[in-house]
Amino acid sequence: MIGIVNYGAGNIFSLTAALHRVGIAYGMIDKVADFDLYDRIIIPGVGHAGAAMLKLQETGLVQHIIASGKPVLGICVGMQLLTAFSEEGSAELLNIVPLKTLHFEKRIGKKVPHMGWNSIVPKKDCPLFKGISENSYFYFVHSYFIEADEQYTSAFCTYDVVFSAALQKDNFYGVQFHPEKSGKPGEQILLNFSQL
Amino acid sequence: MLAKRIIPCLDVKDGRTVKGVNFVDLRDAGDPVELAWQYSQQGADELVFLDITATHEKRKTTIELVKAVAKQINIPFTIGGGINELKDAEILLHAGADKISINSAAVRNPALIDELARSFGRQFVVVAVDTRVVDGENFVYLRGGRDKTDIRTEDWVKEAEQRGAGEILLTSMDHDGTKNGFDNTLLRQINETINIPLIASGGAGKQAHFVDVFQQANVDAALAASVFHYGEILIPELKETLRTNGIVVR
Repeated sequence: MIGIVNYGAGNIFSLTAALHRVGIAYGMIDKVADFDLYDRIIIPGVGHAGAAMLKLQETGLVQHIIASGKPVLGICVGMQLLTAFSEEGSAELLNIVPLKTLHFEKRIGKKVPHMGWNSIVPKKDCPLFKGISENSYFYFVHSYFIEADEQYTSAFCTYDVVFSAALQKDNFYGVQFHPEKSGKPGEQILLNFSQL
Repeated sequence: MLAKRIIPCLDVKDGRTVKGVNFVDLRDAGDPVELAWQYSQQGADELVFLDITATHEKRKTTIELVKAVAKQINIPFTIGGGINELKDAEILLHAGADKISINSAAVRNPALIDELARSFGRQFVVVAVDTRVVDGENFVYLRGGRDKTDIRTEDWVKEAEQRGAGEILLTSMDHDGTKNGFDNTLLRQINETINIPLIASGGAGKQAHFVDVFQQANVDAALAASVFHYGEILIPELKETLRTNGIVVR
């Protein structure tokens, strides 16, 4: 069963609704004692990365997330938390993936936030993208992006710059887009994660 | 490439769709959730629900509607109408709305935009603007185009962006209902002055109008109601037309 880290960073109604739609059982991780009830973990997140990191630290869950070995999926800001650093609030983050989260502004000539449906190019061997064809569209809403990296980026997206639409390192996965709002392909990502 | 978005708009009152709907295979054309599901299946990129419920008591049905949509629909949606303070928006957020749209309330109390953006993030805040030309200049109108203000549309849109709007939904009241096409000149002019997404509204009558608004005004999204509801434009065909014209769509 999937445990959703309930650390107060954004609204999780849409996420739980999507899990319910595709028939994936889930529960809430409100405190450390809840952590052992679940065999995989989702870290949601909307809003400010620096503020989200502080809230996550307050739960006391950080060491459990890092050490458990369970599949972990970070969504949007939840994925950014997996990186080393964010320019949003100049925040030190979990540093599970040694990459930086950077601001779009001043780096691109396009509108910020990057909002809407964009196509992605997933790596063929990433199990999270099983059954997802190249150039499938996903729904993005974000002003900060994770730099693209040959080793850790598992799906690429372009918005003037090429950035990480998804990450993978060992049991850690992250998606910048919102699978819960990305139609059928988004639901497939959630199903794939539930079957890792 | 970031795709241009096609957004059907549904008017709802007391939890029911009000404008006529002419889909062949709908069991209940007045059920906004079923209509929303149809649109999501057809390839709509997003949905806007405009709540015209008159009384405060009936707002509860709107909240229930938002919850039902969030449960069953897998694309983003915005709800507008009746949002006058932070609390109204917060209830909708927790009911599962991805964005809220504010119109007259923002004009009456511009600081509401700042408060909403600070509390929920600017991606949550769509500022809807109704505009009409008077003596060659565009002015902001309130109450669905009935009440004129002295605010120039371009000034208001810029102010809304500065205060924290995440998107602008611009409706030309001169074009709305005419089916003669969007106000591409105004939309291009506004689009050049802001750095947040712009949704075009008012005037869609045929597929070519969508091609025109994306090519001429380079807006991020185009919204329409009746042409979709009456089946005059089918979204899969519209997307094919846009693709043929070199416009990136999902």
